[in-house]
Amino acid sequence: MMLPGKTAKRYTVVYECVLIALSACVLWYTFVTGSSFTYVMGAFPAPWGNEIRGGVLEGLIALTFMIVMLCSVLAGWRFIQTDIDESKQNLYFTLLNLLTAALMAITWTNDIFTGYVFLEILTLTSCGILIVREIGRTTLAAVRYMILNLLGSGLFLLGVVLLYDITGHLLMMNMQSAISRIALERENMTVLTLSVGIMTTGLAIKSGLFPFHFWMPDTYGWATPTSASVLSALVSKAYIFLLIKIYFRVIGMNVLSQMPIGKILCVLGMCGIVFGSVSAMHADNLNRMVAFSSAAQIGYIYMGIGIGGTAGYTAAIFHILSHAVTKSLLFLSTPRLAEVSDKSLLFRKLQGSALRDREAGAFFMIGAFSMIGIPVFSGFSSKLLFAGAAAASGSDVKLILVMLVLALSSLLNAMYFIRTLIRIYTVPEKGYAVSSGRVHHHPEYMTSSVILVAANLFLGLFSWMAVDLIQKGLSMFG
Amino acid sequence: MISTLLNNSEEVVAIILFGIGFTMLLFHRNLIRKLIGMNIMDTGTFLFLASMGYITGRKAPIVVNGVQEMKAYINPVPAGLVLTGIVVSVSVTAVMLSLTIRLYKRYHTLNLDDIYAMSKHDMEDR
Repeated sequence: MMLPGKTAKRYTVVYECVLIALSACVLWYTFVTGSSFTYVMGAFPAPWGNEIRGGVLEGLIALTFMIVMLCSVLAGWRFIQTDIDESKQNLYFTLLNLLTAALMAITWTNDIFTGYVFLEILTLTSCGILIVREIGRTTLAAVRYMILNLLGSGLFLLGVVLLYDITGHLLMMNMQSAISRIALERENMTVLTLSVGIMTTGLAIKSGLFPFHFWMPDTYGWATPTSASVLSALVSKAYIFLLIKIYFRVIGMNVLSQMPIGKILCVLGMCGIVFGSVSAMHADNLNRMVAFSSAAQIGYIYMGIGIGGTAGYTAAIFHILSHAVTKSLLFLSTPRLAEVSDKSLLFRKLQGSALRDREAGAFFMIGAFSMIGIPVFSGFSSKLLFAGAAAASGSDVKLILVMLVLALSSLLNAMYFIRTLIRIYTVPEKGYAVSSGRVHHHPEYMTSSVILVAANLFLGLFSWMAVDLIQKGLSMFG
Repeated sequence: MISTLLNNSEEVVAIILFGIGFTMLLFHRNLIRKLIGMNIMDTGTFLFLASMGYITGRKAPIVVNGVQEMKAYINPVPAGLVLTGIVVSVSVTAVMLSLTIRLYKRYHTLNLDDIYAMSKHDMEDR
């Protein structure tokens, strides 16, 4: 028996609330006990069986991911009803739940091949939630998205296979002890570097690091709002989280520092920040602009990974959280603005849209302020953390470059977001009045946006708490 | 150098196949050829894994005639990984083929550049 879409949505919401509660429990438990726990799956112990492992960091990431997911489902529900055929709405929620499962598996797993399998499931389901909106553009966007993702998965699989060949293990902890032996004996070092490089490239392609960011505007720009929010805020972050997990738990920081990968990621991240912002300035469509800004934010995260050290990784993970709550708020507000502007996201039609829909305008403004990095909001704290990480790295070149990039990108961000804000808050000229659609007030949109704004303010005002949690998590992560 | 390559001919072939598949997937404009490239790429990885996991003269780890020595058998994990990988690859191919059919029905071509040019006129004003 097929459930109607509305019932499926209710089940999904309940299921996500349960996941939020469980993730919060894990976070609390590991925080109080001060150590991570490992759960052996099946009857076989360490070198053979499969494990999941949880700590403060995994709990924090899972909690944030699930809150954002819940908010996306609630706020996007009305658009799901219009964008997706009624007979397929329940299947949309099936895909979304499968995607949630893959996200959770990637967050908790302690086995690199399980990571690969759920990576593919994540790719397939994210393609699925993209194409449910049946217009030509989404199909094309999905094909391009899939092709790049398949390149990424292929590279990642090859990297895993190479690592398995030199270590003989698939469980992350056993791999790490084998790898530290390899690094000590300087034997197979080339293969090790090669495989880490290949895996990093694969995951960088999948998460959209410069120069692989060009699929973003089409993918995020045409999907139904829930999908756009989930894809940009969660899916690309899950790939980065897996990469960080591999660096800490499989390769180990000592071995990783002998490889030039950090520097390359740092430079590519900076290029991503600049190019993403410049492309965002040239976009003529609001969603495309927000999507290009996502490319820049991914650049920030990789820059943090590239800076390295505890401070660098803390900044990167903090930015994962900060961007997840901010970007979902933006992607859930833009369709409301479009709704009162002839269902168009083109800037010229959006003129004055925030005056027609005050709620959406206000939430878009909060998101934009956070993106620019105005104090009180989370974007400001993460920029501060990046600057601090660069200062702590002890390299003058890095410090100068990071400062320059941060200044430039804040300037560019401010230019295109404030330009947009001015446009949506300006009364349209006479003779160019847009037939304003009726404003639909929706308690679900209100609730979820308020939750996201609260999370944003929490990360901005109490950033020390989040930083404390992340650092505690990182210390028990390796 | 050459002798090392010859001794590991299977791995060398596997990496060459991976390279061929990767370039096809990245650069070909025809969607079906891209998909074939993807399959070649995955096959390369599987060949690599299978040949690394096999040791000449040993058997699959199923105890027969009471032989329990570890040296008599090979590690079954690589084969298991190959099987999992094949399943993943098949499902990905299926999804991609269905997407290709959908695109072909709409645009009547398989060339990605042409489709992209046509889609620009689709709902231009949004």
